Amino acid sequence: MKAEIIISGFGGQGVLSMGKILAYSGLMEDKEVTWMPAYGPEQRGGTANVTVIVSDDKISSPIISKYDAAIILNQPSLDKFESKIKPGGILIYDSYGIINPPTRKDIKIYSINAMDAANEMGNPKAFNMIVLGGLLKILPIVTIDNVLKGLKKTLPARHHSLIPMNEEAIKKGMELIKEI
Amino acid sequence: MAKEEVVLMKGNEAIAHAAIRCGCDGYFGYPITPQSEVLETLAILKPWETTGMVVLQAESEVASINMVYGGAGCGKKVMTSSSSPGVSLMQEGISYMAGAELPCLIVNVQRGGPGLGTIQPSQADYFQTVKGGGHGDYRLITLAPNSVQEMADFVGLSFDLAFKYRNPAVILADGVIGQMMEKVVLPPIKPRRTDEEVIAECPWATTGKTKNRKPNIITSLELKPDAMEINNLRFQAKYKKIEENEVRFEEIMCDDAEYIIVAFGSQARIGQKALEMLREEGIKVGMLRPITLWPFPTKVIDKLADRVKSMLVVEINAGQMVEDVRLAVNGKIPVEHFGRLGGIVPDPDEIVEAMKKMIK
Repeated sequence: MKAEIIISGFGGQGVLSMGKILAYSGLMEDKEVTWMPAYGPEQRGGTANVTVIVSDDKISSPIISKYDAAIILNQPSLDKFESKIKPGGILIYDSYGIINPPTRKDIKIYSINAMDAANEMGNPKAFNMIVLGGLLKILPIVTIDNVLKGLKKTLPARHHSLIPMNEEAIKKGMELIKEI
Repeated sequence: MAKEEVVLMKGNEAIAHAAIRCGCDGYFGYPITPQSEVLETLAILKPWETTGMVVLQAESEVASINMVYGGAGCGKKVMTSSSSPGVSLMQEGISYMAGAELPCLIVNVQRGGPGLGTIQPSQADYFQTVKGGGHGDYRLITLAPNSVQEMADFVGLSFDLAFKYRNPAVILADGVIGQMMEKVVLPPIKPRRTDEEVIAECPWATTGKTKNRKPNIITSLELKPDAMEINNLRFQAKYKKIEENEVRFEEIMCDDAEYIIVAFGSQARIGQKALEMLREEGIKVGMLRPITLWPFPTKVIDKLADRVKSMLVVEINAGQMVEDVRLAVNGKIPVEHFGRLGGIVPDPDEIVEAMKKMIK
């Protein structure tokens, strides 16, 4: 098993943390992982992205040309990464703010209204966990149990009370995602 | 035996953890992207409360390197870290430390230059590091990690080599290795050396005057040229010994290779992916990864040149290590260079394309 994933959106949307949680979950499953962020000025409101690779075998390059799955959270990210998904690969996007939807016919395209769902939950910060839930429904590279274990490991103890909310968000994402 | 704990962290964070664990006495530095997590992590871990390690944010890089000089002169395990423009500021101090034969560790998490440049990854400080960015005939033991694990492992190794040869050592990383997160097993915890151990292991250090020996003087100054020549000859003899004993490299699928990618650090990782892609197409590519950039694996490259058709040197600069590869190959086979500049990191496709162009 090897999944090469790009997550891309606006800075502040939790793109890097979503990648981190995915990477930690991979670690919990004894898989090989790399997490490579675009660490530039993108973090200040522009486009932020992170490449996460989860694999059974040793990972050569943390930087790759083509992705198995792309999680796209804004228009500039869609413009940049739609063409870089492997044929037969997966594109997941939140249509919020997307003016020109994806057009490729040789990939599987899914949409998830995570922004609206997070607002409905009364917790905009749950946004990235809803999206992660959507990804895990389509590409079950790690189990929810291990995501929660990873969260426990990365969150300071004072935030452990937030874990049930995160679990709820992941499950919400699994329900919401739909193929287009 | 308990299973080794595997943790996930950035290369920069691994440097900080490893420094504390290998018994480092002092860190002096100044924040700069993409290296700042080294100092940040040390500040979070507060080793001064546990091992007694000093962590100090100096007023500048010039101050940092001179604090390192002071600590190293006392026989202490001391280090600094920075990124390219900051390391440029340190060059005077580094040359002085080479001249005073002081062991220390300097970590450079390179970014694109010249000048203030960009904060994105680069390997354009190869010349500065292995050819001497400061003045005078000196060499720096230079290790190029290609993973977070090696970031952690090379801290202790650098200190060992630095003290073995009384010479500054450099970990030459880049923004990719510093910023990415990977699995790492941290080195075992080693206590800091006691004062008695420092005196026993570093009889040259300024550890306070005792009755039984002459004063130790740490200096790079020697105004009499005949004496200065003797100093230089001693340095050169030491460098020769390092070249004979400390060359480190990794060979990947070189046995049946017709073409070789030569790459270090992050580019060795991306190059390896390119190698895998080329092998899938049936093109017999191998990789030679210098782990020590100085001493350089000249002999092994020379030998490889006897049995492969050509070499492609991949580095994110305008062509620096390629000069050392060409010297090693000595005209026997073509040696080409592929690189991106100013903070752009190539993806594996670009290296595959460059290799195909070379073969054609």
